[in-house]
Amino acid sequence: MAVEAPNRLNEQIAGLDALEIQTERKRGVLQLFWGRLWPMLLAVAIVLAIWEGVVRAGFWPEYVFAGPITSLQELGNRLGTAEFWHAIATTMRRGLSGFALAILVGVLIGAAVSRVRLLRAAFGSLITGLQTMPSIAWFPLAILLFGLTESAITFVVVIGAAPSIANGLISGVDYTPPILLRAGHVLGLRRLALYRHLILPASLPSFLAGLKQGWAFAWRSLMAGEILVIIANQPSLGEQLHYARELADSARLLATMIVILVIGVLVDVLFGVADSALRQRWGLDQRIG
Amino acid sequence: MTAPAQELGSGRSEGDTPAVRLDAVSKVYGRGPSSLLALDQVSLEAAQGEFVCLLGASGCGKSTMLNLVAGLDRPTAGTIETGGRKIAMMFQEPALFPWLTVSGNVELALRVQGLDRKARRARAAELLDVVHLGGFARKRPHELSGGMRQRVSLARALAQQADLLLMDEPFGALDAMTRDLLHDELERIWRERNLAVLFVTHNVREAVRLGDRVVLLSSRPGKVIEDYSVKLDRPRRTESRDVAELAGGITERLKEEVRRHGR
Repeated sequence: MAVEAPNRLNEQIAGLDALEIQTERKRGVLQLFWGRLWPMLLAVAIVLAIWEGVVRAGFWPEYVFAGPITSLQELGNRLGTAEFWHAIATTMRRGLSGFALAILVGVLIGAAVSRVRLLRAAFGSLITGLQTMPSIAWFPLAILLFGLTESAITFVVVIGAAPSIANGLISGVDYTPPILLRAGHVLGLRRLALYRHLILPASLPSFLAGLKQGWAFAWRSLMAGEILVIIANQPSLGEQLHYARELADSARLLATMIVILVIGVLVDVLFGVADSALRQRWGLDQRIG
Repeated sequence: MTAPAQELGSGRSEGDTPAVRLDAVSKVYGRGPSSLLALDQVSLEAAQGEFVCLLGASGCGKSTMLNLVAGLDRPTAGTIETGGRKIAMMFQEPALFPWLTVSGNVELALRVQGLDRKARRARAAELLDVVHLGGFARKRPHELSGGMRQRVSLARALAQQADLLLMDEPFGALDAMTRDLLHDELERIWRERNLAVLFVTHNVREAVRLGDRVVLLSSRPGKVIEDYSVKLDRPRRTESRDVAELAGGITERLKEEVRRHGR
């Protein structure tokens, strides 16, 4: 009979562990960033080439549809003006404060609906319905209620973004893996502790996806709002678009659109980095090969 | 040939109150014509310090039984007494929390008991040493192999200071060599801590390797049909002749039970 000495057992265990454990594959933040950046740069180059091609084909006169070079030159010029930065600052302030308020509202609603069965039955599908409603459809009402003010814009931004955020939280709570819930129950986690130590952390990936989608909706609502609700002496990106069209200044219009796009992409990259960091921490990034 | 390996139906060891006692426990899933009788009047006892393996084919309700004892589900009829003992449970999957480190997973079990942060960290380090994972405290579960994760899960269960450990095919998904090592580990820990263990498996040799008793369940509905007392000396080896011989006998009985459903 082979009765093994305890330290032989220990050695065996240590050996097996050493063989089975994965070799480290850590990527730095910089690498992560570059990995996401270069395909985007490639896409930009292709888009610029197509744009230039369409302009050269001559479907529209240059003053209606400016080419990339003129537009980028215009953008370069505008980078030096105070008005441009004022516009960006105003838009970002509105966007961020609206988004922050949407997070607050979305989390409160999401938490209530995911916890209370009656609320779920009553409001669950309404929230999804709100999500599909185009935010611009809210503006007439918002303008009636708040006038041509910043509150009207904020109202629509919040109502555009909050349902996605709430839904992200709700589905995160719903899809907490049952095996983890069982493990938590056996560990003695109940009620508030169960939420704090298990359900909330488990719903983080879904919540993050909800935030990302919520931002996209907030950003769209904000642009629509800034074009519709123009406040005097308050330059903003949407307002710039509006005046560029009125003045038939195609280069300026396109330059502003580029800025709006770039801000959208930058925020998306931020969410992307947060998402990859989370996936890496949780081990959800195991790819095949 | 060594000692007679089995004694039918006489599993009881000590006279003191059992660590767990199931009395005529039945479990019905669903209602009406589509309802399913998963457990039919199951009675079973395990003493403190006793290692009981529950063995059966699919549909014998062995996992249901553990869920009932753990309080994850309620019996339809009958009573389950554990005398207020603390209960820990391990599943086939490690069920570790991916957002916590290895140490954090163990510490969460201690946090529920109200230990402060410093005490938690120290205690978790001790427990990880017990399962030979002292060097992996700061890793995340996904960085470990399946066997290592299952050991973290064992450490987490031990952190609960439970007297009764429920194990639902905990080594079912592991390779033979890792499983073998974990058997040794579990046996050592069980002895040191005088745990009562209910261990569900469908692997007959594993049951004979580990159990003081092997309780055989019938399928659909689950019912106790045999209660073997395993009198082989420890430590046992899964590949030894005695284990194989007894396992062979039990396997025959199990096959007979399975055949019944084919008719």
